[in-house]
Amino acid sequence: MPEVPTTCFHCGESLAGRRLAWARLHDSDVAVCCQGCKAAAEMLALCGLEEFYRFRSAPSVKPQEPSAEWLLYDDPVLLDGLTRVEPNGRSAVLLIDGLTCAACSWLIGRSLQQIDGVVHASVNTATGRARVVWDGRKVAFSRLLRLIADLGYRPHIATVDAAYEQARAERRAILKRLAASGLGMMQVMMFAVAMYAGDMQGMDQTIRDYLRAVSMLVATPVMLYGGWPFFAGAYNAWRVRSITMDVPVALGLALAYGASVFNTWRHAGDVYFDSVTMFIFFLTVARFVEMTARHQSTSVTDSLSRTLPATAHRLNRRGDEESNGEDSVSDVLVAELGIGDRLWVRAGEIVPADGDLIHGCTRIDESMLTGEPLPVARGPGERLAAGTLNVAAPVQMRVAATGASTVLAGIVALLSRAQAERPRIAREADRRSSRFLARVLCGAVLVCGVWLIIDPSRAFAATLAVLVVACPCAFSLATLVAVAAANAALARRGVLVSHQDAIEGLAKVTRVVFDKTGTLTQGTVSVTGCTLAGALSETDCLGIAAALEAASEHPIARAFGRLQSAARPANDVQVVPGAGLQGTVGGARYRIGTPAFVLGGLPGAAANGPLHDDGAIVLGTDGGELARFTVGDSPRPDSARAVAALRSLGLGVEILSGDARGAVELVAEHCGISRFAARQSPGDKLRRMQALTAQGEFVAMVGDGMNDAPVLGGAGVSIAMGRGSALTLATADLILVGDSLAALPAAVALARRAKSIMRQNLLWAAGYNLTAMPLAALGWVPPWLAAIGMSLSSIVVVLNSLRLMRADAPTGRPRLPAVPTPPMLAKSRLEGSLP
Amino acid sequence: MSIVFVLIPVSLVLVGFGVWAFFWAVRTGQFDELDAAAWEILLDDPADPAVKGPQRKPYHKP
Repeated sequence: MPEVPTTCFHCGESLAGRRLAWARLHDSDVAVCCQGCKAAAEMLALCGLEEFYRFRSAPSVKPQEPSAEWLLYDDPVLLDGLTRVEPNGRSAVLLIDGLTCAACSWLIGRSLQQIDGVVHASVNTATGRARVVWDGRKVAFSRLLRLIADLGYRPHIATVDAAYEQARAERRAILKRLAASGLGMMQVMMFAVAMYAGDMQGMDQTIRDYLRAVSMLVATPVMLYGGWPFFAGAYNAWRVRSITMDVPVALGLALAYGASVFNTWRHAGDVYFDSVTMFIFFLTVARFVEMTARHQSTSVTDSLSRTLPATAHRLNRRGDEESNGEDSVSDVLVAELGIGDRLWVRAGEIVPADGDLIHGCTRIDESMLTGEPLPVARGPGERLAAGTLNVAAPVQMRVAATGASTVLAGIVALLSRAQAERPRIAREADRRSSRFLARVLCGAVLVCGVWLIIDPSRAFAATLAVLVVACPCAFSLATLVAVAAANAALARRGVLVSHQDAIEGLAKVTRVVFDKTGTLTQGTVSVTGCTLAGALSETDCLGIAAALEAASEHPIARAFGRLQSAARPANDVQVVPGAGLQGTVGGARYRIGTPAFVLGGLPGAAANGPLHDDGAIVLGTDGGELARFTVGDSPRPDSARAVAALRSLGLGVEILSGDARGAVELVAEHCGISRFAARQSPGDKLRRMQALTAQGEFVAMVGDGMNDAPVLGGAGVSIAMGRGSALTLATADLILVGDSLAALPAAVALARRAKSIMRQNLLWAAGYNLTAMPLAALGWVPPWLAAIGMSLSSIVVVLNSLRLMRADAPTGRPRLPAVPTPPMLAKSRLEGSLP
Repeated sequence: MSIVFVLIPVSLVLVGFGVWAFFWAVRTGQFDELDAAAWEILLDDPADPAVKGPQRKPYHKP
């Protein structure tokens, strides 16, 4: 007999209490939870794409109902606004929701390419974007969008894509410069080695001149193409009368190149083409490293700005029939919405604009904005924010703000601003190096003057050497590369850095404060206890509860589903929002929910227990209470170990929680934390934070969402658990993506190492410049040696920083969401959630 | 030694070709996404009927 699977083959949802559907793949039938998943799985098999299931890292998104909204996009006016006309068709960039791994992008790309009329389709996993080029005469745009939606992903059309295009263009340009100057440098070096050998052993004049001419031939494009950014930068700095790193670089390059060309032409003197090309190449490498670090964090903003749907259902009152209140619904673009429009927001849809609820009651998942995992109830007159998810019932709303004036848009703007800033420590290095640069330029002039008096023939070489040797490249790279390397190493451990000063702060931390009990606990509700009051056994009670709760999406309901699969399906289940459920299981009528709901109308109900008990869920019949369940949160499996590890790093640990004393005590005891405070308001927490700071402590605050923003802001370093919400990124310096505390002590240790490496780097760079400068001024350093010295000092700094990356990866699975999880791990994770 | 008068220009032409090839690769977006390529090798191509040549056949069937 075949084993009956417990979860849907496609979306991974529990099959308990559902009518199974079977999807036919090539050689087997698989169980799925609904017709949508069946269609998706069969479509994949039909296209020969079922391998997707072997390589995906997370269960797929449940496909949405087929909708006519995509047809909107075939409107020619709209199409012109959203897409670009290319020689072989039209092209559009789509942001795709639900893209979790390379298997997803492969699937979408492949499926699109199989459509006749699609010229090109490529999907980028890292940025969640797809670029499609199609022939408008052969296939409609709506068909492509429908296809992606049918696969279970949600496409959005990227209208404003300037930032992304700019980043891509920048990366491409710098890669080309890197290759051109790198290859050019190798050639020139080869000739230079021959010429140095010739200097020592003697070389035919003709060959020497030939090699020089060839060096010039190669160095000229490198100089003009690879060196262009430095000249442009120096020109810009000169225009505003300031000194940047580009100024001595450009000056040195121009002098060295000019003199070399001149000497090549007059067949005498020295040439410095090797120094010039090498200089350009290494500086470009430095720029590339810096750019990569800068681009790393932009994908976060993307995911936020793509939350909004592209279309909304607008209600239009029919002219004369106002009396009977008949509305017609039309799908319009969100961009076309105006203030005062009435919208229809179905259950499961995202609220497209800020506005007030005017009709209906529902629950809204605001985790995007507040980090609060439980949906909140909203009734008429209450505010709905764009980007939040309507989870319960269809409602009507009146638009109050759209587009750039919504709360969501404000957050995105905030995030982009945070990303644009440079780390304080790097700014400091910049400021110091700018002062240093001014002195270098004066020094070079001075050296030139003095040498002109002593020995004019050596003046040029000495001045050039001073300019090149003293370039504080290593100085400015010292912190930047270390920060970038630490960012990357932390990301591998599942810690994302959203604020550039975070690493420096993390290294200074002396005390870790857990702001919420939820950071030490799993954050999901689970059934923790059961008190029987009737004749039924615990297993029976749980079975009935699971059957009833299978009809609900509420987090508490899921807790029952995880604990036990329903023995018998429930019929006629009715959801009473905010109270509970009632339905028939095995012929008998049951109610489950708050004590007031289940027992409210019954005689002698109070004798069984209090009617108002927040933590209790009661299962009962008309005859009375059967069982009382307590639901709560259990500690994370690794929190005790993480706390111990933090202690061993010499850090103090404490809890400041808003929860009741009992719950906090339990968690504190489990984790071995002796210092804790319960029932703390944000004000209390902030005061404690200030008191700690006054005692000279540097506090790291671990929270879980936006609602603790003021407290997180008061801490030296704020850390958010990744499951909270995307918004925590706006306030927290660091995000633990892996949803595991084990990464925290590792991150602190890494930050400390990063800090000490930065110190070494700065020391080395300063030491190098201070020793090499006088030697160069004395004329003991020829320009080629100066270029090598300068480059070597930068390379030493970069290599030293890269030691941070080489640190052994933590045990366990990779924690980055973008990293595909091998299928076996994905499977065991699914199984792990079932007892 | 006069061979260098020929060899060096030849090598420069090769370098020029290398630079052009790299530019072409960058321009066609081959360096835009370095993540998916590593995974694509694990996914088998379905046999394309349009392609001539031996078709992939399951080996366990006679």
